[in-house]
Amino acid sequence: MKIVVLIKEVPDTWGERRLDLETGLTDRAGAAAVLDEIDERAVEAALAYADEHAGTEVVVVTMAPASATATVRKALAMGATSAVHVVDDTLRGADLVLTAEVLAAAIRRTGFDLVIAGNLSTDGGGGVLPAMVAELLGVAQLTALSSLDVSDGAVSGDRVSDAGTMRVSADLPAVVSVAEAMPEGRFTTFKGIMAAKKKPYEILDAAELGVDVDDPAVARYIMLSVAERPPRSAGTKIVDEGDAGEKLAAFLVAEGVA
Amino acid sequence: MTSALVLLEVLPGGSLAASAPGLIAASASVGDPVALIASTADSLEKASTEAAELGATRVLTAVTDADALTGPVVDALAAAVARESPDLVLASHAVESRDALARLAARLRMPLATDVVGVGRDDLGVVAHHAAFGGAFTVDGAPTFGPLAATLRPGSVEARLGARPLVVESLDVTASGTPHARVEGFAETTVASARPELRGAAAVVAGGRGVGSREDFALVEQLADALGAAVGASRAAVDAGYVPAAAQVGQTGVTVSPRLYVALGISGAIQHRAGMQTARTIVAIDKNPEAPIFEIADFGIVGDLFTVVPQLISALDAQKKFSRE
Ligand SMILES: Cc1cc2nc3c(=O)[nH]c(=O)nc-3n(C[C@H](O)[C@H](O)[C@H](O)COP(=O)(O)OP(=O)(O)OC[C@H]3O[C@@H](n4cnc5c(N)ncnc54)[C@H](O)[C@@H]3O)c2cc1C
Ligand SMILES: Nc1ncnc2c1ncn2[C@@H]1O[C@H](COP(=O)(O)O)[C@@H](O)[C@H]1O
Repeated sequence: MKIVVLIKEVPDTWGERRLDLETGLTDRAGAAAVLDEIDERAVEAALAYADEHAGTEVVVVTMAPASATATVRKALAMGATSAVHVVDDTLRGADLVLTAEVLAAAIRRTGFDLVIAGNLSTDGGGGVLPAMVAELLGVAQLTALSSLDVSDGAVSGDRVSDAGTMRVSADLPAVVSVAEAMPEGRFTTFKGIMAAKKKPYEILDAAELGVDVDDPAVARYIMLSVAERPPRSAGTKIVDEGDAGEKLAAFLVAEGVA
Repeated sequence: MTSALVLLEVLPGGSLAASAPGLIAASASVGDPVALIASTADSLEKASTEAAELGATRVLTAVTDADALTGPVVDALAAAVARESPDLVLASHAVESRDALARLAARLRMPLATDVVGVGRDDLGVVAHHAAFGGAFTVDGAPTFGPLAATLRPGSVEARLGARPLVVESLDVTASGTPHARVEGFAETTVASARPELRGAAAVVAGGRGVGSREDFALVEQLADALGAAVGASRAAVDAGYVPAAAQVGQTGVTVSPRLYVALGISGAIQHRAGMQTARTIVAIDKNPEAPIFEIADFGIVGDLFTVVPQLISALDAQKKFSRE
């Protein structure tokens, strides 16, 4: 079984996340960059299967600036077999369709039985890439899974929505995305970090993948303007002296919300 | 006039999902709203009638199999786009519609904007509006040319249209043959109370780890009922099993923008704030005077929620009795 895991480097959510007001892109200089927590769960799901099934190959694939190497190595240190890193300056600010084209081309080149992604990236991602990639690969998608069962020829899992829990399944090859309810990523060990340095690490650009970044026939989604809202400021703060509930009730009535 | 195609979701009971009125109203600022309902045969009539009542000028219908996930809806969308040549294809950002629109955009190489809070037009064409990083930034985007596909954040558009006469056209759909997933079962969440839905609610009362247990979460629900509010939660409260995951507010949960947001025993981590900081009025009760939630609260109480909230509920009750007399 060959499992491709889609991973993304994002600004650490513990820092203040900003958009660059000139380019409208995520300001990567502003915060430390980390492997997205949801993608750690995706890697974990692949490794959990590999632990039980000898001979499983886990390839992590990312499209990210060259500076993301440490993040990719983290996934290798967790236990992934090899990495494919698409680096190309012309892809800076790529829209969703272009990103999906690049990722699908990288996955097709790698070969796959199963693709595992996160359901929603934390840097303002739309949670659409897994389904877009599935379409371009011509396979089924199962998104936002809170549980995942992989067998020889099929994959299934539960998807929790507001309305209820849906049991879904698809034949392999397929693309799945995992939700936060899946187990957290495992810790990396010193041994794992050392081993990661020797694992296959391929760097590719868009042309090598056969993707035409500037195809004039294809419309792209572009940013027109970006503006920062004034930050919110604190209002009244009181320490409860036995009557805070009553004071709050009076505040809510005065605000017209109770 | 140009048209805007709107994908509407049908609930298991046959009614349209709560996102429908906002979707139809939002799309009208771009073109004539043409609804697409791709659902099981028995649900089409009721859903179509509702769509016309919500202002759809025409309703396109396509019959799909209840056991097939996404694929047949994408095929119906592709057929509708081919027939209508719309300037905009709009669907809810809720997971099922979002998946369908994502696949459509990939199939047709159509620019896609996600989680938009509004759409409109400028001199050059369709424009979409986003609220990024919990509303700290507003971003406008547009396709370089041609039509746009967009997913609309549930609850973000309050406008509503008047009813239109019902015009139904059934759509001829050619199956693409692309493999799709199967639905093997569905267990409906039993909603015990008549509380409003979290997305789009006018008031939200949310509990965090400070609530301490699933039993004590009843206090959060009591205050929600006293205020006619929806119930929300932090991820810590969801992880601890006090509430189902659907109640999670924040960066990886639901984004809300209510008139009132009450945070009980929620410290206000940046990821939580990302989902609620655009609320008009924020109230926080937390034992810890240093809790970051106080930085954005309009009214903050440093205190024990187990003493403040019961007092608040009785004060609200007394107030209600008073105003009734
Ligand atoms: C990638 C990522 C995504 C995330 N996404 C989300 C998200 O979408 N939503 C989200 O909420 N979190 C999210 N988190 C988690 C977030 O970082 C915090 O861990 C979480 O919000 C904390 O929840 P909390 O405030 O309930 O718990 P805590 O931070 O533990 O706060 C509990 C608060 O309760 C107070 N308290 C305790 N007892 C009482 C009492 N009796 N009366 C009054 N106050 C009391 C304490 O003083 C404390 O301030 C995410 C984290 C990561 C890394
Ligand atoms: N640039 C990227 N490189 C690799 N995988 C990505 C990239 N962007 C998104 N993904 C994958 O798609 C998932 C959902 O992302 P998004 O659609 O951006 O919310 C992420 O959790 C990743 O698994």
